[in-house]
Amino acid sequence: MTQSSFLKVVLPFKDRVFRLAKRLLVSKEEAEDATQELFFKLWKNKEKITDYKNVEAFAMTMTKNYCYDRLKSKQASNLRLIHTNYKEKETALDKSIEYRDSINQVHQLIENLPEQQKVIIQLRDIEQYDFDEICNMVNMKPTAVRVALSRARKTLREALIKKHNYGIR
Amino acid sequence: MEFVDLEKIVKKYENGATSLQEEITLRNYFTGGADVPYLQEYEYLFHYFAKAKEETYTKNIQLNPKTSKIKNLKWFSVAAAILVLFSLFIGKKQQDAAVVKEQYAHVVKTLETLSSNLKKGEQAVATLYTYKYTINKILK
Repeated sequence: MTQSSFLKVVLPFKDRVFRLAKRLLVSKEEAEDATQELFFKLWKNKEKITDYKNVEAFAMTMTKNYCYDRLKSKQASNLRLIHTNYKEKETALDKSIEYRDSINQVHQLIENLPEQQKVIIQLRDIEQYDFDEICNMVNMKPTAVRVALSRARKTLREALIKKHNYGIR
Repeated sequence: MEFVDLEKIVKKYENGATSLQEEITLRNYFTGGADVPYLQEYEYLFHYFAKAKEETYTKNIQLNPKTSKIKNLKWFSVAAAILVLFSLFIGKKQQDAAVVKEQYAHVVKTLETLSSNLKKGEQAVATLYTYKYTINKILK
């Protein structure tokens, strides 16, 4: 497999890998590093890629696992504390002034979800993957995925209602 | 979209039972300027989802970013090993030279002591000869 044909296969989903990494790792720089590292890993294992039916699903699984590992090592060294106050900057999100506050609220709320629900919300509601693909990526049964998704959606909605009605009712 | 339909789909959505198609419909509906005050939180949610999907990875992907560094590191260790060996070699040489010098100084000092002692002996012997000569002179 040559470099250009490899890039042809992997470039279409580079943004998705990046977004998932960013969802899990919080800071943009770290997500960029993770993305770079992942594609490098994929490139090193390029011989195996042809064996996988769905390279994208494989890459997403790798991203998820890699980010979990990073989080573990980060928690061990307490680096996570530094990132809790992290503010979004220069992203597409900030360009919309109208909805910025509520959008940032949603961002924060997703941030507070458990890791697994975070991943599933990211894969389903943002990236709009098929249920079969998601099951494949997170290595879970369809019912478990649906339950996690439902829980995450309910949590988000309730938290939003609560924030919205704060001080009114 | 009919209001009843909307409520139904929203309920389904909350239970994680909607199909992708239905979710796309919901997203389009809520991001397309829907005005349903009691479902306003969905408006925020779907706006966020739509915006979050716009984010892109802007850097270039490098496929061999770290090999050069690793290679350098390897060469560094090789260079360091050679340096250590070389300095050991030089050090040993210098130490050897210093030892030889010290030994030489020692030998010189010993020889000097020996020669000064020998001189004393020679003087004594010379005195003896003078004595013998005088004795002989007297006796003859």
